[in-house]
Amino acid sequence: MKRWPLTGPGVTYLTVFMVVPLGLVLSYAFFRRGRFGGVVYEPTTENLARLADPLYTDVLLHSTWIAALTTVLALLIGYPTAHVIAGLPRRRQTIALVAVVLPFWTSFLVRVYAWIVLLSGPGWLNKALRAIGLGPVEVLYTDAAVVAGLLYAYLPLMILPLYASLARLDPQLSEAAANLGAGPWTVFRTVTFPLTLPGVLTGCLFVFVPSFGNFVVPELLGGGRSVMVGNLVRDQFLKARDWPFGAALALALLAGLMVLLFAQAWAARRYAPR
Amino acid sequence: MIEIRGVGHRFGRTRALDDVTLDIGEGEFCALLGPSGCGKTTLLRILAGFEKPETGTVTLDGRDLLAVPPHRRPVNLMFQSFALFPHLSVERNVAYGLERERLPRREVRERVEEVLATVGLTEHARRRPHQLSGGQRQRVALARAIVKRPRLLLLDEPLSALDKQVRAGMQLELKRLQHEVGITFLVVTHDQEEAMSLADRIAVMNAGRVEQTDAPVELYERPRTAFVAGFVGANNLFPERDGDGITAVRPERIRIGDGDGDGAGAGAGGRLTGTVVDVSFHGGTTHIAVRVPDLAEPVLVAVQGPSRVATGERVSLSWPPEAAVPIPVSPTEGEKP
Repeated sequence: MKRWPLTGPGVTYLTVFMVVPLGLVLSYAFFRRGRFGGVVYEPTTENLARLADPLYTDVLLHSTWIAALTTVLALLIGYPTAHVIAGLPRRRQTIALVAVVLPFWTSFLVRVYAWIVLLSGPGWLNKALRAIGLGPVEVLYTDAAVVAGLLYAYLPLMILPLYASLARLDPQLSEAAANLGAGPWTVFRTVTFPLTLPGVLTGCLFVFVPSFGNFVVPELLGGGRSVMVGNLVRDQFLKARDWPFGAALALALLAGLMVLLFAQAWAARRYAPR
Repeated sequence: MIEIRGVGHRFGRTRALDDVTLDIGEGEFCALLGPSGCGKTTLLRILAGFEKPETGTVTLDGRDLLAVPPHRRPVNLMFQSFALFPHLSVERNVAYGLERERLPRREVRERVEEVLATVGLTEHARRRPHQLSGGQRQRVALARAIVKRPRLLLLDEPLSALDKQVRAGMQLELKRLQHEVGITFLVVTHDQEEAMSLADRIAVMNAGRVEQTDAPVELYERPRTAFVAGFVGANNLFPERDGDGITAVRPERIRIGDGDGDGAGAGAGGRLTGTVVDVSFHGGTTHIAVRVPDLAEPVLVAVQGPSRVATGERVSLSWPPEAAVPIPVSPTEGEKP
């Protein structure tokens, strides 16, 4: 069966509007910047060399840390949630999944601004804390606020793949494990978790990747004090007008994420249930 | 050893089990036989601890079994789908239950090797379940369940996933194993031949109730309800002329003759006349269906070898008095299958 012509429109679209522009931008990394912005087409490696500057490696490390923390928290919150949803009767599962995806129906920016209202000094968080005799805490414009915002934004991307692999799991396998003498925790540790590992890896990737490159949340909730790679790339292109260095940063970011993607694909295949 | 007393259970509005009482003795090979949806699997799941019955008690050696969580019961189940762990090799699947008992690693290894040798899978120990054939998977599932040396082994339709050739061999193997390891077996099946050939005792279930519990031969020769008579060995059921009983006659006890019957109705030692509607040759036997006026179902006759009777022919049917088994009007509202 020759079905590949059907992929034509999709492949053409991706090539023309993604691969080509991305290739162009990334190629800037190997050229000099113009005095007043723009690109001078003289080959150089100095942009890539600049990446080793501790100033920028710190930003990369900080971004990794923030994205990793977000991912771990999303997994810890998302797994039990997905587990509960997969255990509901069919109709309620649909309702729960719609509820999980519902935030995507409103603008991301609006939702991030809403978090400012929640976390600010006289905001709802401190009102609630005062009501129980605690507080006030300065959360807004800290890393904690950034992690909270990213977690809120990308938690559904963790829950959905986890739900998919949990729902696919044969419930008889847990019963078989219990029948062979495994208590609930052991069933989870030895059967449920290993068999949903591909879903876990997918979810982690789905949360880590956009968190790592995000620049809106650190800008608004981090108050510019928490600089992440995304901010740096954006600033190079839009403020510093240093396109070549921005491209070099983007290249580094992309290379890192590609490594993660391949690692995930490899691990998913290795631990695939069959 | 196992005493099931008055167990009842329902799912929503459907009654899955209704006042089921059954005793299973030590070392016995017992079968639950019935059509799908009769509640036999529910009873199995209750014994394994996956369902809690609404009423009734189940005791094992006099102790309440229902109070014990599933993972602490000395009861192992071989699932119909086998439910092998896809991410573990054959030997890790078999070792799983022993590892939960925290046995020394050496003992686990020895027992796994021993049981894999018993079921003939030593060479496949390192394979994953998806690399095995249906028959091999079935033996892994069996090995995984018996390696724990449970007091009671439950088998849910153990042979249904296998094709005919493998089935016969596996049937023998199950019986041999049961003698060898001396574990009490309870097998659930909808296949009467499977139940008859495997079990010492069969409980026939219908619509959530146990209709009759007996040894295979008793069950075959003396069915006590219309349902049992129809389900086990496809008896012909004739309404009794006088009184309100039913008479059951086995297909192989009916003799077929030419069409000069006297047309007398069914009774103790009967004669009937009818028209042949179907003849099917099964190798060893031939099944002939005869439409008789006034009877709702065609009468089934089984004769040895091929038959000269053709479809559309008028024939007479007769049987000796001792072939007619009277069945009292069933106390349960069991329908005919």
